[in-house]
Amino acid sequence: MTYAVWIPLLPLLGWVVNGLWGQRWGRRPVAAVACGTVVAAFAVGLALLRALSALPPDARHVEVDLYRWFAAGPVAVPMRLLVDPLSVVMVLVVTGVGALIHIYSVGYMGDDDGFARYFAYLNLFMASMLTLVLADNLVVMFIGWEGVGLCSYLLIAFWFTRPAAAAAGVKAFLVTRLGDVGFLLGIFLAFGIFGTVEFGAMTRDAATRLPLGGAAAVALCLLLFLGATGKSAQLPLYIWLPDAMEGPTPVSALIHAATMVTAGVFMIVRMHAVYLRAPLAMDVVAIVGAVTAIFAAASALVEPDLKRVLAYSTISQLGYMFLAVGVGAWGAGIFHLTSHAFFKALLFLAAGSVMHALGGTTDMRQMGGLAKPLPQTAAMFGIGALALAGIPPLTGFFSKDQILSAAFRHGDIVLWAVGLAAAGLTAVYIVRAFVLTFLGAPAPSAAGDAASAHAPHEAPPVMSVPIQSLALLTVLGGALGLSFTRPGVLERFLAPVFVASAPNPAEAGGGGSEVLLVSASIAVALAGVGLAWAIYRMRTLRGESPAVHAVLAHQFYVEDLYNAVVAAPARGLARAFELFDREGVDGLVMVIARGVGGGGAWLRRVQTGYLRQYAALVLIGVILFLAYWVSR
Amino acid sequence: MGGVLVEAVLFTITAVLGVAGGVGVIAARQPVHSALALLLVLMSLAVDYLLLDAQFIAVLQVIIYAGAIVVLFVFIIMLLRTAGEAPRPRAAPSMGFAAVLGTVMASALVAAATMARGPVAPVDAAYGTVQQVGRALFHAYALPFEAASIVLVAGMIGAVALGKRAHVVTAASGGAAEPTAARVAGTAGGTRR
Amino acid sequence: MTVPAPFYLALSAVLFTLGTVGVLARRSALIVFMSVELMLNAVNLTLVTFARLRGGVDGQVVVFFVLVVAAAEVVIGLAIIVNIFHTRETVDVDDVDLLRG
Repeated sequence: MTYAVWIPLLPLLGWVVNGLWGQRWGRRPVAAVACGTVVAAFAVGLALLRALSALPPDARHVEVDLYRWFAAGPVAVPMRLLVDPLSVVMVLVVTGVGALIHIYSVGYMGDDDGFARYFAYLNLFMASMLTLVLADNLVVMFIGWEGVGLCSYLLIAFWFTRPAAAAAGVKAFLVTRLGDVGFLLGIFLAFGIFGTVEFGAMTRDAATRLPLGGAAAVALCLLLFLGATGKSAQLPLYIWLPDAMEGPTPVSALIHAATMVTAGVFMIVRMHAVYLRAPLAMDVVAIVGAVTAIFAAASALVEPDLKRVLAYSTISQLGYMFLAVGVGAWGAGIFHLTSHAFFKALLFLAAGSVMHALGGTTDMRQMGGLAKPLPQTAAMFGIGALALAGIPPLTGFFSKDQILSAAFRHGDIVLWAVGLAAAGLTAVYIVRAFVLTFLGAPAPSAAGDAASAHAPHEAPPVMSVPIQSLALLTVLGGALGLSFTRPGVLERFLAPVFVASAPNPAEAGGGGSEVLLVSASIAVALAGVGLAWAIYRMRTLRGESPAVHAVLAHQFYVEDLYNAVVAAPARGLARAFELFDREGVDGLVMVIARGVGGGGAWLRRVQTGYLRQYAALVLIGVILFLAYWVSR
Repeated sequence: MGGVLVEAVLFTITAVLGVAGGVGVIAARQPVHSALALLLVLMSLAVDYLLLDAQFIAVLQVIIYAGAIVVLFVFIIMLLRTAGEAPRPRAAPSMGFAAVLGTVMASALVAAATMARGPVAPVDAAYGTVQQVGRALFHAYALPFEAASIVLVAGMIGAVALGKRAHVVTAASGGAAEPTAARVAGTAGGTRR
Repeated sequence: MTVPAPFYLALSAVLFTLGTVGVLARRSALIVFMSVELMLNAVNLTLVTFARLRGGVDGQVVVFFVLVVAAAEVVIGLAIIVNIFHTRETVDVDDVDLLRG
């Protein structure tokens, strides 16, 4: 299966080609190259799926050796890809959703000057993400990890002439960097414990090398989790994701909803054997996930910017995924990852259509009543909203419900309750977004603009077809996880990956408690929808209780806390260093320079320009020389 | 023998004349007088060369130095018609300083000179003749000989180039000299005034 | 060579010194030039003397080359002096101080 290397390689070539020559070509060739490479990668992914399925389940772990990267003493890092059910699933999700978003981007970015640059970066992102997903060891994964971080920065700050965008890009990069420190330390620790960082070896040896609940295991898991926190925008390193909405909407859809932010979850799933050896760490993961889920959902409730609502929603849903892996429901976490990719991308692209129709605004206070001119977009958004809220039979319901059930069965009743409450809030905020955008009376300014500027119109097919494809996947995707009597299709496919781990209590399905839990989820979701419908058709939360609104609007003052505790001291330290550099170091340099200059000026007095003086000096020198010579 | 006496007398005469001429070169008010003093020095040195059995060199001295270089000097002096010297600025070495320096140097060099004792190598009649020097020039020193010819060519080219530029400067920019009327180039080489 | 070598060398030394003094003390470029020629000739005398002392003709060959180079040098030097005179109306070496730092 060496051809697996083409999966990350094709987009990489796309990056090179578009990066070097894209500027000189027209839109069509650039779009063709960019979309073509991703679609081709998807096709290779399908081939890989077929080849893998042909193998017996316990043989579905194929290592594709590319070359020996470096070896220093006992440490050897090969450039190797791992083809197993998990990576194939991720590849298909990434390339599938990615391809749809690429096609959508052709329409969305159609009149942007940086068209070629955009697609070059997007392809580079795909290459990095696919490297991350196909990696056989932590170091190769880290290459992809860093690559997606870089592309995230490049694409968030795509319109770099806008100060807000540039600042957001830097913020994203720096915050995820903090997490990356943990990741790196985790890699080093893993080297120390296992002597290698290959996933297969670590899965095999986890039980033998890591005492259950030991400090080494906990440290390793927490360090890696720190990296995941940064990349997947969990508490406390989530602050970059809402600001990342400054980037183009397709970027938000691809990177900050469907793929990059899921890297943290994916990494933990890959390291599941290690995590199972540190129950304390898993608890931490689950708690952080649940808290983040509800916290972000609450913040989304009062957010006036449509994209930022979706950003908080992403943070919240990622919290669910971490809750899942925190209780050991690996399959459920991946399933939610997949379904979330579908409906969140759908929501983002639909929002992009709205913006495209309105000429770029994302403030919901300036929207309203858009269902009439944009019926198709409204319908698509509605489908995504229902999926997010967890209404059956859409895919969001199945995946979220699996997670909540797993939490319940794991014994974490509190976490289950928190998750349920967050689900309620989710329904409320997304319906609120829908109502504010598409229903009701058009906002005053929007009405005026619509009449004078350009009437909102539906997006062209190049944009609407991908949206519709995602809607279809959202509706049908639930089939992947349908599990009433036995685990669903996806879970069964992924099962061999987790065969080395202990039997998972969360996967044992069926029974009466299942029905109860499902009913509870549905009830909460419907209640949330109804509540939001009622409230936001009539009035806003701000009117009802300003205090609550203020707290929520400031995201529980987390950012302010950050500013005071982290940012301000850092700035002070930076200023101190700058002073030292300017006065101390620079001053020293200037003293030396001035000294040399002064000495030179003093010596310059010899240069009188008088020939005869020069001759005299030469003569004196000659005499001295002669005197010395004679005296010998 | 009488040869010894003749030699000694000749040397004394040349020494006196040479030194006198040297002083004249550096002390004369008029440049022309300096040139003539230089000529005196050169001729006495030529006689010294003969005393040292360097016939070829002596002849060359007369031809090249006295015959060409001094003539060139005289030409230029006539062309430039330099006036007397203005009072000197401060930074330049004064006469006194130069005199002191000169005395020190002279004493050092003379002291060194007196240390050159040793047997005089005997030479045959062919020593210092055109043939011997010529043979050396074309055998052992052939390469420097060629180099010397290149130096001469370079000198010629340089002189022509420098001479040309004088034309361009005064003609194009109207230079420091006053505009010349239709003046027939009376002097060889055509350097304008 | 009946007059001992030190005499020739002493004469050469005196002439050389006179030339040096002339270079230092006089301000007319032409006089300076002539003083340089004086120095060159003094050196020539030294070379010939030593050639005679050692019995070889190499010193005289060197003198030959000195002559050639001196000739070329005089040509160029005088051309330069003439140029300077044309642009600045002076042959005073102290006036040529454009290289003053």
